[in-house]
Amino acid sequence: MSCRKLLSEISNYLDGEIELTVRQELEEHIAKCPNCWVIFDTTRKTVQIYQGCECEPYPIPVSLQTRLQEALRKLCEESQTKQD
Amino acid sequence: MQFSGAAGKMQFGTMATFDNPPQAQPLPRTGPPPSDDLELVEQAKQGSLDAFSKLVNRYDRKIFRLTQHITGHREDAEDALQETFLKAFSHLKQFHGDARFYTWLVRIAVNESLMKLRKRRTTNAVSLDEPIETEDDFLPREIASWDPSPEQRYAQTELREILDRTIHSLPPIFRTVFVLRDLDQLSTEETAEALSLSVPAVKSRLLRARLQLREKLSQYFRRETMS
Ligand SMILES: [Zn+2]
Repeated sequence: MSCRKLLSEISNYLDGEIELTVRQELEEHIAKCPNCWVIFDTTRKTVQIYQGCECEPYPIPVSLQTRLQEALRKLCEESQTKQD
Repeated sequence: MQFSGAAGKMQFGTMATFDNPPQAQPLPRTGPPPSDDLELVEQAKQGSLDAFSKLVNRYDRKIFRLTQHITGHREDAEDALQETFLKAFSHLKQFHGDARFYTWLVRIAVNESLMKLRKRRTTNAVSLDEPIETEDDFLPREIASWDPSPEQRYAQTELREILDRTIHSLPPIFRTVFVLRDLDQLSTEETAEALSLSVPAVKSRLLRARLQLREKLSQYFRRETMS
């Protein structure tokens, strides 16, 4: 496996969406190519850091929640008067 | 053990260190939790605002994160969120339950967010399927290793700020796919469905998004001392 081919397979590898033979070639390659190992490792860490830190989205501001609820209620009433 | 200089066939700019044993573990993934979305959708179709509000409460934060990341603009993100749920409510009859309700919602939210983005950027249109293939942006320039948990150098709020800013520096196509796949944990197929892209297109954008983020984050996370 070439370094370029490895690069194109990193994502598939991390997602477990990779054929067994390609996976083995990738693992053999990063075991002996320091640069590709670093790229592989830091890409994996990138995803892990995002997943660790951003797994809980920020709460919605109350003002926005209220605005949305009011708009929905209005929409609901309008559609009911249309049906009557 | 430490190597330095370029190894392999690629020409990389920076020095590489090789003191981590290669352990290639795929990332763990969890599927979506089972839900009674469809039941609530049915009640909402009959006119139950209560049922729809439950759906809103279930997904508003994730939708807000998505609209924030796509628009990169607080006010636009709030408006896009509002319009997403209003549109979903008034078009609920068009949802037939052949996809997850959340995927359907994401589709609306992405469209609303892109419309906001287009309004801000009057010069060129923003699209999710514009050509992106260039050889150069694909090749890594930064080859420095990171500590095992380099994020621990930063306080939680500072870290989040770094991560958010870095996402925003990606083109909209990349950051949308990244948020859906890696933060929302949608499957490749669901992401393709939500964005009207092919599966290979999602995969290629995700790869590029991850590699670009890696590149940009390196300035914060690279190992500082080499002994
Ligand atoms: Zn290599």
